[in-house]
Amino acid sequence: MEHRDDIGAKLGMWVFIFTEILLFGGLFLVYAIMRSSYSNEFHQAAHHLNAFIGTINTVVLLVSSATVAMSITAVQKGNRRLAVILLFITLLCAAVFMVNKYFEWGHKIHIGLYPGSDLMVSLSHGQVMFFSLYFFMTGLHMFHLVVGGIILTIAMVKVQSGTINADRYVLLENGGLYWHLVDLIWIFLFPLLYLIT
Amino acid sequence: MHPETVHITSYRTHLWILITLLALTFVTITVTWIDLSALTVLVALVIASVKAYLVLTNFMHLKFESSLFRVFIGMVLAIYVLVILFTLSDYLFR
Repeated sequence: MEHRDDIGAKLGMWVFIFTEILLFGGLFLVYAIMRSSYSNEFHQAAHHLNAFIGTINTVVLLVSSATVAMSITAVQKGNRRLAVILLFITLLCAAVFMVNKYFEWGHKIHIGLYPGSDLMVSLSHGQVMFFSLYFFMTGLHMFHLVVGGIILTIAMVKVQSGTINADRYVLLENGGLYWHLVDLIWIFLFPLLYLIT
Repeated sequence: MHPETVHITSYRTHLWILITLLALTFVTITVTWIDLSALTVLVALVIASVKAYLVLTNFMHLKFESSLFRVFIGMVLAIYVLVILFTLSDYLFR
């Protein structure tokens, strides 16, 4: 008889999520300190961010989080076909997010605004701090999005093949937890970076 | 087999949570347009915290896990708050 411990698996995933919360928490703390030291420069610099793209990406991520949560419901109810469709929608949302980020970052790099560029070096210290945090935090977030996308792709294939089913689906649950973490971080990144102008 | 009774969240509940989250997003955007100066950040952070709470309890299923999970996340958040307080006390009163 095989040994299984779904609660233990989920607890392990949560412990990992805690380290992620503290990782991003540290960055948010740096943001808070720098923002209080350079509030005017942060306000000016934030004007350069595209709040429209940020809003679209927020909506896209929230929808993708809901579809992951619903895919678990679908698997629990034995409707694997619907679960695969919902996970596919999630991955589509992730792709839309990445394309938006490509245009957003692409525009900034095009006008010469990226870490270490001549334009960036010429800015005031507060603005350099803002854009450095912007690139690092959204970049690290995007990295998590890619990893989450890979995990959910694996989960989707396993739902399709029946390895994940109504009786055992802890991998999908843990993949979902990771995806919600990506959403959670964005919930705080979006207002703090894009909406403080 | 699951020895414990598994709670299945309905599609409808997930949908309502999503609608609430989207509504809160647009409240945040509207509030930052109005510009309440110093209050803006506070309001944005409070709304973000409400959204985070909804995601944690519903999408991440904490509402229906054993209380051990909630104790853990409570401790992590407490540690984070302590780190913030220590750092700010250093920066503000140095």
